[in-house]
Amino acid sequence: MQLKTKLLLSAVAVSSVLTSSAVLAQASEQFIGLPSYRVGAYAAGGSGIYGGWIDYMALVNERDGGVNGVKLTWEECETEYNNARGVECYERLKSKGASGNTVFQPLSTGITYSVLDKVAQDKIPMVTIGYGRTDASDGRVFPWVFPMLTNYWSQNTAKIKFIGAKEGGMDKLKGKKIVNIYHDSAYGKETIPLLDAQAKKYGFTVVHIPVSHPGNEQQSQWLRVRQEKPDWVILRGWGVMNPTAIKAAAKVGFPRDKMVGVWWSGAEEDTIPAGDAAKGFIAAGFNVAGANYPVVKAIQDNVYKKNKGNMEDKARIGSVYYNRGVVHGIITVEAIRTAQAKFGKGKVMNGEQMRWGFENLAIDSKRLKELGAEGFMPDLKVTCLDHEGSGKVKFQQWDGKQWKVLTDWIDADKELVRPMIEESAAKYAKEKNITPRDCSKEG
Amino acid sequence: MLYREAGQFKATYAADQQIFPIRQDRIGIQLLLALAFVAVPLFASEYWLKAIMVPFLVFSLAALGLNILTGYAGQLSLGSAAFMAVGAFASYNFMLRIDGMPLLVAFALGGLMAALVGIAFGLPSLRIKGFYLAVATLAAQFFIVWLLTKVGWFSNDSSSGVITAQEMVILGYRFDSPQAKYLLVLSIVAVMALMAKNMVRSSVGRAWMAVRDMDVAAEVIGIRIMYTKLLAFAVSSFYCGVAGALYAFAYLGTVEPEGFNLDLSFKILFMIIIGGVGSISGAFLGSAFIVLLPIFLDVLVQDVFAGLLSPSIASNMQLMVFGGLIIFFLIVEPHGLARLWQIAKEKLRLWPFPH
Repeated sequence: MQLKTKLLLSAVAVSSVLTSSAVLAQASEQFIGLPSYRVGAYAAGGSGIYGGWIDYMALVNERDGGVNGVKLTWEECETEYNNARGVECYERLKSKGASGNTVFQPLSTGITYSVLDKVAQDKIPMVTIGYGRTDASDGRVFPWVFPMLTNYWSQNTAKIKFIGAKEGGMDKLKGKKIVNIYHDSAYGKETIPLLDAQAKKYGFTVVHIPVSHPGNEQQSQWLRVRQEKPDWVILRGWGVMNPTAIKAAAKVGFPRDKMVGVWWSGAEEDTIPAGDAAKGFIAAGFNVAGANYPVVKAIQDNVYKKNKGNMEDKARIGSVYYNRGVVHGIITVEAIRTAQAKFGKGKVMNGEQMRWGFENLAIDSKRLKELGAEGFMPDLKVTCLDHEGSGKVKFQQWDGKQWKVLTDWIDADKELVRPMIEESAAKYAKEKNITPRDCSKEG
Repeated sequence: MLYREAGQFKATYAADQQIFPIRQDRIGIQLLLALAFVAVPLFASEYWLKAIMVPFLVFSLAALGLNILTGYAGQLSLGSAAFMAVGAFASYNFMLRIDGMPLLVAFALGGLMAALVGIAFGLPSLRIKGFYLAVATLAAQFFIVWLLTKVGWFSNDSSSGVITAQEMVILGYRFDSPQAKYLLVLSIVAVMALMAKNMVRSSVGRAWMAVRDMDVAAEVIGIRIMYTKLLAFAVSSFYCGVAGALYAFAYLGTVEPEGFNLDLSFKILFMIIIGGVGSISGAFLGSAFIVLLPIFLDVLVQDVFAGLLSPSIASNMQLMVFGGLIIFFLIVEPHGLARLWQIAKEKLRLWPFPH
């Protein structure tokens, strides 16, 4: 009996795999594979971001009838934020749809690394917005990877600029002390060399304090913070580490409005669990929170009123993660539009054409206004040389109920970041025997 | 009827001592090998080779390693993923730092490094047993991942701590097509599985099992406890190390220390529990269950139930079904899938006249 059920089960599974690979290829449909994660420790981020992204694509289909008549189709694949599963999803989604998967956005630095070589072989552009490999911003070495909007290093320089402005000028940073509380992982450590370089440049001292994963115990770290008496604390947190840090800060009496988090510390999911302690906490973000932007309203009018929305908890529409998903959607759709303008309107773009679309993507403030996303996300211009495209962030403060925008877009310190990116990319190129492209020959 | 062994006489010691004494088993395994070596690379699609078969084989190898330690020698370990990490990072560094290093030698050296680390972390097993030992091996898990993140040298000072495996070239042939990668992994796994099978049938394996069943009695009959236990740790870590190297070189290409976390160790432990503790085929069955079933469930949900269920329910449903199946199999057969196969075989021998 048991054997029979098992056989039956595997037979069903096998046959469904077979049928899925033989899905009918339909013309004039642009397929976008979504390696999403809706279970596990990071489900809050995954369901919010992929939900917002799907809703934006649904908006484009419902309101505009697709991109110049090309409907968007998508399929999710559950990665559980696991690298091996992510690779499986990449391979599974690769050959789906009319032209195969045309863009891969895994929302996980680990999966990004795992498919880094594969995307170049398979000619599928990979877009990593606000995570992933920082030095991939050098498009000469990484033609297929687009760490768009801003990377961790750029964001860190903007953060120091923000702190400088709060102190009343960059020269006032001299003699100040900043504590960098970081998640003790590759992700957390990435900004240490940059902070050290900035400390030297502006004359402040920086103390790095690691928190081991998952970070739900930070007593000793915050006692250390109390001993150090810093002027500011930078929180480079992840998941459960964020609310714990905020609560621990309240316990040792460190003012939360002197704490600045990265964008993975700045969502509702990071502050609400900390309760009142989170009031005043500041975080950087390349997108803002709020449902009162025209683009979010359009989604509610065109998608949710027709009951086609993706979010189960409608209260999350307009949250930081949801809006970040909308940003993913805008960038993806605008890249399709850009590619179509060159390779033929109303045609389905393949991976190579999409890559061109991403590389020549330019969304200025006028275009943002047309999209209903003015102030919602920074304007960007991607080039062959610079796959980051923007580098701007806004700072938001938690008022106890919601995130309030504190600043306008703050530019990164490109003079400091760019040489470090080029150096790191050149090292990678040497290790992998890649000859960097000559950008003057790209068109 | 098909499985009747009547009439098969063993006239020599060699015939009596072969791995598969029954002719039907021999034919079965030959068919299986022919299928794996010839039919699969000929007919399987790129997706099947790259995303299903290679990780299945790699995890089978890791489970095999843990099964030697836990299933045969009775030493519970939660550090398998860490030993995989040692194998992956060591192979990478051997390839990086020594010019003209042959790939297979780098894999073997990576395995040896893992074996050395395994011996070091196996030392507590001389004093402590059972769950306490599991906690001691947990230290290996955390320490090694921490060390690989902390010391930049291991990842060639990459700012993010990740390593990118070199191209796989053996005697000038580049293993870059999915078929070539699959065949390379399959060959290594097949040879190592054969070695494991022979090891557990020999005096070494018998010593392991004696220690597992009762170490005081084993000592009394003259088995050197220290040597036996540490050998089990070394061999097991060697297998895990090679699996880690294959995971990095043939499957992911780029790996980070965080990828070899406690979750992965648990996964490998579940593989041998589901597959069958103390059995070689159990490692393969368990790996198939843990690696492939979630993928099948996801495909099933995406294709059959797409649109019917909201996405987050669909995703959680897979986990629930998967968990339910684990419980189901453990209830009907606590000794794992390998035992189910064994029972089936015994019934087949009598079929169709069981009385």
